[in-house]
Amino acid sequence: MGTVAAHGLRKSFGKVQALDGVTLDVPDGSFFVVLGPSGAGKTTTLRAIAGLEKLDAGSVHLDGRDATGDTPAARDLAMVFQSYALYPRHTAYENIASPLRARRCSSSEIAAAVERMSNLLHIERLLQRRPAQLSGGEMQRVALARALVRSPRAFLMDEPLTNLDLKLRVEMRTELTRIHRSLGATFVYVTNDQVEALSMADQVAVLKEGKVQQVGTPAEVYERPANQWVAGFVGSPPISLLACHAEGDRLVGAEGWTLPRPRWTTAEDGRPLLLGLRAEDLSVEQRGNASLSGELYGLEPLGDRTVVDVRVGAEILKVKARPTVTGTPGERLHVTVDLDRAHLFDAGTGLALSEAGR
Amino acid sequence: MAVSVDEAASTGPVRDRTPRARRFGGRGRSVLEVALLTVLAVVMLFPVLWMIETSIKENRDVYAIPAKFFDFKVTLDHFKDVFFSSGGGRSSLSVSFLNSVVVAGISTVLATVLGVPAAWAYSRFAVKAKKDQLFFILSTRFMPPVVVVIPIFLMYRQLGLIDTKLGLILIYTAFNVPFTIWMMKGFVDEVPAEYEDAAMLDGYTRLQAFRRFTLPLLLPGIAATAVFALIFSWNEFVFAIFLTSGDSVRTAPPAIAGLIGGTTVDWGLVAAASVVFALPVLVFAYLVRKHLIAGVTLGAVRR
Repeated sequence: MGTVAAHGLRKSFGKVQALDGVTLDVPDGSFFVVLGPSGAGKTTTLRAIAGLEKLDAGSVHLDGRDATGDTPAARDLAMVFQSYALYPRHTAYENIASPLRARRCSSSEIAAAVERMSNLLHIERLLQRRPAQLSGGEMQRVALARALVRSPRAFLMDEPLTNLDLKLRVEMRTELTRIHRSLGATFVYVTNDQVEALSMADQVAVLKEGKVQQVGTPAEVYERPANQWVAGFVGSPPISLLACHAEGDRLVGAEGWTLPRPRWTTAEDGRPLLLGLRAEDLSVEQRGNASLSGELYGLEPLGDRTVVDVRVGAEILKVKARPTVTGTPGERLHVTVDLDRAHLFDAGTGLALSEAGR
Repeated sequence: MAVSVDEAASTGPVRDRTPRARRFGGRGRSVLEVALLTVLAVVMLFPVLWMIETSIKENRDVYAIPAKFFDFKVTLDHFKDVFFSSGGGRSSLSVSFLNSVVVAGISTVLATVLGVPAAWAYSRFAVKAKKDQLFFILSTRFMPPVVVVIPIFLMYRQLGLIDTKLGLILIYTAFNVPFTIWMMKGFVDEVPAEYEDAAMLDGYTRLQAFRRFTLPLLLPGIAATAVFALIFSWNEFVFAIFLTSGDSVRTAPPAIAGLIGGTTVDWGLVAAASVVFALPVLVFAYLVRKHLIAGVTLGAVRR
């Protein structure tokens, strides 16, 4: 058992409203990722769940029981900190043993548990070292071992991979997913890296300025962003947003272009809209009936693909193309649009238009 | 973040050695620098030297005119007089030294016991009007003791604390607590709060987390702070002379001062008493130096 539920969390630091009514429901055994830019309140949310932050309002339920006023120790959670927070005067062994020592386990139990963890995370030869003698990746593993050494209700992870170099980060991503699957435990994982969120999560909650923008599976968040901001935050290269409005069976852009109006949209004529187009739904190579014309603004070769920046009036479209694509800046181009995969947002509220008809 | 062990270990001594080589090698010092430093050293150290000399001179040599710098007879009689009275038994000076040890020691322990947790609280918790409170705490140190000693004297008279060691202990504690809070807050700020957060999630209570994980990291800072507090209490003169009068209560500073002022002054005894009085301070000052370095490197903890 390990469900975590937060309801209406509110917390302010001075004038800054860090959490503005955050509500999350983490099902038992899920890998739940809280995604958002820095300053969105992700860490505060996690600390509130852990009991490290006193809330202005709201409640935290663990396994269905109200734990709002409980001490961190009483909540039976384990946490991995972004800074790892390894005790500097203790060896790796003692760091990993700490949660068991706090629970007065016998030293043979502790030895067995630490050995199990060090095998799982391949840190057998580091156990007698102190944190200062460990590299970033090694510290990260020890911090992870300290959290995993017992079986708490849920594991809280605060950007555990942020301080690692890219190669190690990719490795640990796979490893964490493997560990999660083998334990079947509940993970609440905070990150600002959308790749981590999309690749590891069962469920993603997107947070901005202390408010939950959207909760859903990675596919839902990517394919059906709830609003313009989520669409822009999730996905790389970022989604291109063009100002437009509907006019009969056409969409008319602020920059003078026209496209057929997607069948599913219900927006009334003249209402200011934003057309959201992902790079992979645009093409400079195929010909189709729905296309925009612009000029080549820049090329961004990324090895496996090239991102083509196309200027349409004053707006830039990011288009995913094959790595072999070439061109010179200023050259006229036609960009074919897959309108079935386009997104429309209300330009005023930023909310996605109903896609019920899709 | 990822500094290797070898690098971390090797930079220390190298950085340490550079200034030392400069100091002893003398290459970096100009003649002028050496001359000025010599003058300064002589001016600063002469009184100390003279005090030590006087304390081991026979009375004849103490009062000799012209003064004898080198060819005097060495005696330890003055030191004997500091500790033993002429009729045998303990001298009143030795009692005052013991009083100083008791008063300075207890007031330092009290200030540390009260100040360290307070500093921790001010560092870790969201306290209302924290800055104002801290300023208020410091402001109690703004007034020089001479200014506040009269009202304190009047209060102490009402409370029956005049001429008691307890009275001195209380006032020294009151003076040392603000200092301890301010100095310790700096040390606590240097220790990441996450160690305690992690410990609480491990299953410890907040106080256990503080005691087991933060407190050991604070020890060098506590030592440095306590030594400063100790030196303050040890040296304090104004409160001691106003609030105490009896030989059995008096601390060393007013007791030594009391030796001067009769028709004849036993300078040998004054010098010997001063040497004995200064020794602990010199020792502790030396310790402060060491611990201050340790305290400063506390900030080098990797985050």
